[in-house]
Amino acid sequence: MIKAILIFNNHGKPRLIRFYEYFAEDVQQQIIRETFHLVSKRDDNVCNFLEGGSLIGGSDYKLIYRHYATLYFVFCVDSSESELGILDLIQVFVETLDKCFENVCELDLIFHMDKVHFILQEVVMGMVLETNMNEIVGQVELQNRMEKSEGLLCSAARAVSAVKNINLPEMPRNINIGDINIKVPSLSPF
Amino acid sequence: MALKIVKGSIDRMFDKNLQDLVRGIRNHKEDEAKYISTCIDEIKQELKQDNIAVKSNAVCKLTYLQMLGYDVSWAAFNIVEVMSSSKFTYKRIGYLAASQCFHESTDVIMLTTNQIRKDLSSPNQYDTGVALTGLSCFVTPDLARDLANDIMTLMSHTKPYIRKKAVLIMYKVFLKYPESLRPAFPRMKEKLEDPDPGVQSAAVNVICELARRNPKNYLSLAPLFFKLMTSSTNNWVLIKIIKLFGALTPLEPRLGKKLIEPLTNLIHSTSAMSLLYECVNTVIAVLISLSSGMPNHSASIQLCVQKLRILIEDSDQNLKYLGLLAMSKILKTHPKSVQSHKDLILQCLDDKDESIRLRALDLLYGMVSKKNLMEIVKKLMLHVDKAEGTTYRDELLTKIIDICSQSNYQYITNFEWYISILVELTRLEGTRHGHLIASQMLDVAIRVKAIRAFAVAQMATLLDNAHLLTGNTQHSGICEVLYAAAWICGEFSEHLEDPMATLEAMLRPKVATLPGHIQAVYVQNAAKLFSTVLCGLEGAPADSKVAQETSQLLIDRLPVFVQSDNLEVQERASCILQLVKYIQKLQQKDVEVAEEVTALFAGELNPVAPKAQKKVPVPEGLDLDAWINEPLSGSESEDEGRKTKGKAVFAKEDSRHTKPRYTEVDEKELAKRREVRKAEQANNPFYIKASPSSQKVYQEAVGVEHIPVVQIDLSVPLKVPGMPMSDQYVKLEEERREKNKAVRKKDKKKRREKGRQRRGDSGPESEEDITPAHMVDIVTEEMPENALPSDDDDKDPNDPHKALNIDLDKPLADSEKKLPVRTHRPDEVLKSPIEDEEGLEVTSEPKKKSGKEKKDKERKKGKEKKNKRKRKQEEGEDLMEAGSEEPVQSKVTNDVAAQPPASTPEASDLDFWLSNAPVPSDPQEAAAVPDAPPASTPEAASGVAVVVPDSEPEETKSSKHKKKKEKDKKKKHHHHHHSDRAREESVQNGTVEDEEPLPPMSNYALLAENSYIKMVCDIQGNLHDGSQVVVSVIFENKCDSFIKSMEFNVMDSLNSKLQRPEGAGPHDSLTVPFHLPPGISNEARFIFSVQSIVMPQKLKGTLTFIVKTEDSSTHEKLDFKLHFTCTSYLITTPCYSDAYAKLLESGDLKGSSLKLEGINQPFHHLLARICFHHHFSVVERIDSCASMYSRSIQGHHVCLLVKTADQTVSIDAKCDEPGLLRNVLDEIKLTFSQC
Repeated sequence: MIKAILIFNNHGKPRLIRFYEYFAEDVQQQIIRETFHLVSKRDDNVCNFLEGGSLIGGSDYKLIYRHYATLYFVFCVDSSESELGILDLIQVFVETLDKCFENVCELDLIFHMDKVHFILQEVVMGMVLETNMNEIVGQVELQNRMEKSEGLLCSAARAVSAVKNINLPEMPRNINIGDINIKVPSLSPF
Repeated sequence: MALKIVKGSIDRMFDKNLQDLVRGIRNHKEDEAKYISTCIDEIKQELKQDNIAVKSNAVCKLTYLQMLGYDVSWAAFNIVEVMSSSKFTYKRIGYLAASQCFHESTDVIMLTTNQIRKDLSSPNQYDTGVALTGLSCFVTPDLARDLANDIMTLMSHTKPYIRKKAVLIMYKVFLKYPESLRPAFPRMKEKLEDPDPGVQSAAVNVICELARRNPKNYLSLAPLFFKLMTSSTNNWVLIKIIKLFGALTPLEPRLGKKLIEPLTNLIHSTSAMSLLYECVNTVIAVLISLSSGMPNHSASIQLCVQKLRILIEDSDQNLKYLGLLAMSKILKTHPKSVQSHKDLILQCLDDKDESIRLRALDLLYGMVSKKNLMEIVKKLMLHVDKAEGTTYRDELLTKIIDICSQSNYQYITNFEWYISILVELTRLEGTRHGHLIASQMLDVAIRVKAIRAFAVAQMATLLDNAHLLTGNTQHSGICEVLYAAAWICGEFSEHLEDPMATLEAMLRPKVATLPGHIQAVYVQNAAKLFSTVLCGLEGAPADSKVAQETSQLLIDRLPVFVQSDNLEVQERASCILQLVKYIQKLQQKDVEVAEEVTALFAGELNPVAPKAQKKVPVPEGLDLDAWINEPLSGSESEDEGRKTKGKAVFAKEDSRHTKPRYTEVDEKELAKRREVRKAEQANNPFYIKASPSSQKVYQEAVGVEHIPVVQIDLSVPLKVPGMPMSDQYVKLEEERREKNKAVRKKDKKKRREKGRQRRGDSGPESEEDITPAHMVDIVTEEMPENALPSDDDDKDPNDPHKALNIDLDKPLADSEKKLPVRTHRPDEVLKSPIEDEEGLEVTSEPKKKSGKEKKDKERKKGKEKKNKRKRKQEEGEDLMEAGSEEPVQSKVTNDVAAQPPASTPEASDLDFWLSNAPVPSDPQEAAAVPDAPPASTPEAASGVAVVVPDSEPEETKSSKHKKKKEKDKKKKHHHHHHSDRAREESVQNGTVEDEEPLPPMSNYALLAENSYIKMVCDIQGNLHDGSQVVVSVIFENKCDSFIKSMEFNVMDSLNSKLQRPEGAGPHDSLTVPFHLPPGISNEARFIFSVQSIVMPQKLKGTLTFIVKTEDSSTHEKLDFKLHFTCTSYLITTPCYSDAYAKLLESGDLKGSSLKLEGINQPFHHLLARICFHHHFSVVERIDSCASMYSRSIQGHHVCLLVKTADQTVSIDAKCDEPGLLRNVLDEIKLTFSQC
């Protein structure tokens, strides 16, 4: 079972949170803070598993995370999940994001949280749903196509938002995540 | 109007969308909260509009704000609105928002039921998908109950995309609505073999998750999972299955044996580390479960340890971590094999990664032995010094103490060393664990008598240097140590060299800054020391001056404590102060007081086991929960008021009251009171009495004589002004061991005389033959005399998974096939599965049946496919259950008859699959073997039918007991056992009175036999496929040689063909998938396809095999004839009387009849035989008349009416296929002519 999925950046700002068990909003924020605190002080070359914090989990739960450039992807799972398997799943998820957004970077996650959620929904549903990247990307694309065919997010609105952008004092700089395709060699057979 | 619309859409263009919101927040870094609150106001406006596009945009923004921690539950209704939009674009946004913020107490969820149902059945698969995804986050018990049927249907959806989601969400549904588990499970099981890998993986996921919580209910799936494991190539699926096996093996060791080989192969072959790791883990679990019975698995252990070592040595920190984790599991059962890797683990202690260091520490805990304890602890102490960060240091400290104190200080050979370690640990600054150290000091000093002198000396030093400990940080936890030090010095003051000095140290003014409870101990123990000092001085008149000085010292120093704001300190101090003043008066009159003062503190405290209080049995007739006086309503607050008042009064007057009372009491009175108390205690069952061994006469001081003498090596300076160095002990210990070794050599010659210090050794000489330096008799902890032995495994009663502890092997009752019909919420009282089932079975069942017969038939078909095996196995359990219940079924009930009546040898598929036991040669006994195990295994496998969630440990114990008994019985009285079963069976068949037991029966018939091998077989129709029959053949090796390469071949007829793998020619033989060592039997199954089932058939076949002896091997063959009777095409199918009546009325069936004469067996035997051998079930029985039913694999109905009178049995039969019927009747006739 996967209890929660958190994505936050190097400063602990949440970019996506998904709890498969109910927590009140303030508790959710505490969990994010606590998890960030636990994860952020770890070097990049230490192991990617942590015994859960006090708020989420208990002895049966583990935090399994990966750090990509500016983002932390943290999965809170119980002992029925394979640790290395989940690490690989995170990799699959990030690679899927990379395909869907074409060179994904933190900004994509910031501005398209909804889309990231939709992609995640094809990967995890409380338990691992799909691990085949092509299948995931295929389903996401089909759904996007369907959305387009409904034509409700009309192009006119996009044009307007482009106009609105002109007034903005500062366009956010593009922060690249860098090479996301770092495959852990030991996991490649998956 | 038109203008309005245009205006609306232009407005919409300038609404903020999600991107604008994010951008805005980023541009308002300084006043983010303010900006967001204006945004929320805007959103509220947007939500008020009718335009769904605007609404969904607003909801989308809310989802983002929710992530930032804003409560958006106020918009729940709007979210539902967006969810119910017909457009996928909006629907998706709505469901996303719902899944982020809905939960069980969101009340609008009630409104969503119909919307969700609509979405689930939408023709658009993505609408359905979105709804399923959303449900996975916010499903409530109500939703689960209302939608379970819809989701169950989706499990068979044509699109795999929907199937896999539906399968996965069923787990949540089960959790919220446990009643759905049994009806849905057959379909879930079906999905294990779904053609789509995603669906299969989802089903494996769900079943593994279910099985992990209640493994015993899923044991019967083991063969299926085994098949998946050996055939699947999907690592995700493999990992889950292997993990599941890890949970199952503890319940069924035979499974473990079967697993070892394929797992070992996987370990060797896989390149995926994750899979390798899980394999190793499961092998470990297997080895643990086998640890008692299987000596020859050292190879597997070695393999595991060796693979783990590779993981630990890997540069990847993740693998290192997992390697250590798995290593700690091996450690529990095979410590030896891990200990050889001590170097590696100590190395991990230096790792830069804290998680890895902690894992390594865990491992060390199990690796210590008498030999290496000192060395390991020394290493750890070095790490303590180096460790930065208090968390890790505290972790180290607790680990050191854990390691040393584990299993009753088993590994400590030298307690002086341990005390020194404890004293060294007190030097840690800022540790939170002062309390832990203190309790260790106390524990050791109390329980290890021999060490007291040394401990007291060390504690005296500690007290003397108390300022070093407390320093400025009087709040640091370490001063707890002083509590222990003071108590030890006081209690065992007879060991003090200079009690006077210690007394002085304890009464220093600085003590008053310590925490109250420590001061209290100081004061009390100062009094004890005082008595010791007096005792030491008296007798020598010259010293009376010193004695008086001591009294004066107390009188001078105690007033500080009398003024303490701590009640306890104050009370004790004032008491003792008065006492000392009184004594001083006596001293001035030259009265000898020492003895009387000592009597104040005479007697010894015994350590009491931590659980002692819990173990005091509640005497009969005492109800602890009953009110003594019914509480008056509203009196509580009043009471409290009175209490607090009383307290205040007490606190004020306390000191004045106690003073006179205490001084008045003289020694005689005290002694008298003590006697009275003792007598009272002796009669009081609740008083924990001292064990006889420690019941010493007081006044005798402490039994010094019988304490083994500790030889303190004088090379160790006892009173180092600083602190002791434990390192010295390490060196000394080595020397001592050397010496001991030498001594032991000599010992062999003159062992008797050299029994120095052997007396009182607590345990047998340890592994390494190291004699402890102190012959320590560790005083064991006391327990009340009639303590109840019990293991307190307190399971969390709130665990939602408990509700899922439901037996799945039991066939579905008719009423269960469909989920309970929805009722209005208030009516629904959550019933326990048992109640539910029983209630429905008795009342509603028969009526329902007639109404939806058609439906049922279809469903039955599907259900039975899945259930065939289980049902058979189930019988064992049913019987057991029936045995324990009273056979009160006084009238014929349909539901009982519906249970498949006769037991077949297939009863224990699992057992066959698992066992390698030889099959007895007599076919009658052949039945006994497969039959007998259900007594043990299915019970273990699936628990007793539906296990009530809060089954007591007592119960499980008794069932274990039963199991054992059952096994014994099996060994001794096969037949007796059988008859028991048979009788129970008869009850199942709806019989009325006590009837004679049935003789044992078997369907396994001898197929062929020669001097090498014997084959028995059973032929059953295949539930899965109407044109197939399954032939189960048991091969038994009768000779002393190894039989291998068995090949099974049959000459096909036009009507019946052996199914061969694709690509094989029509005359190719099938390889039997196992070898047979001498005396072993095993079962193989062959599938035949048949076209017509009207006629019985015989097929000729040959088995060829190679008999391999030590020096040669011969090729042998054995011919046989397979007899497909018409009976073997029949399948036991329950039928209800009304359906049965309808069937007969329909007029489609053609009749035939049969008369049997000279049958002198009881009617129920007769019925049981027909049921057993010919796969019928009893529909109804009235006196000596019974109706029976069966169905062929191709769906022909066969109905019998059996009547008996005066040794004559007449059978009227009806069937829609007269040829089949005739043959079946002939076979029945044959059966009875044979017996």
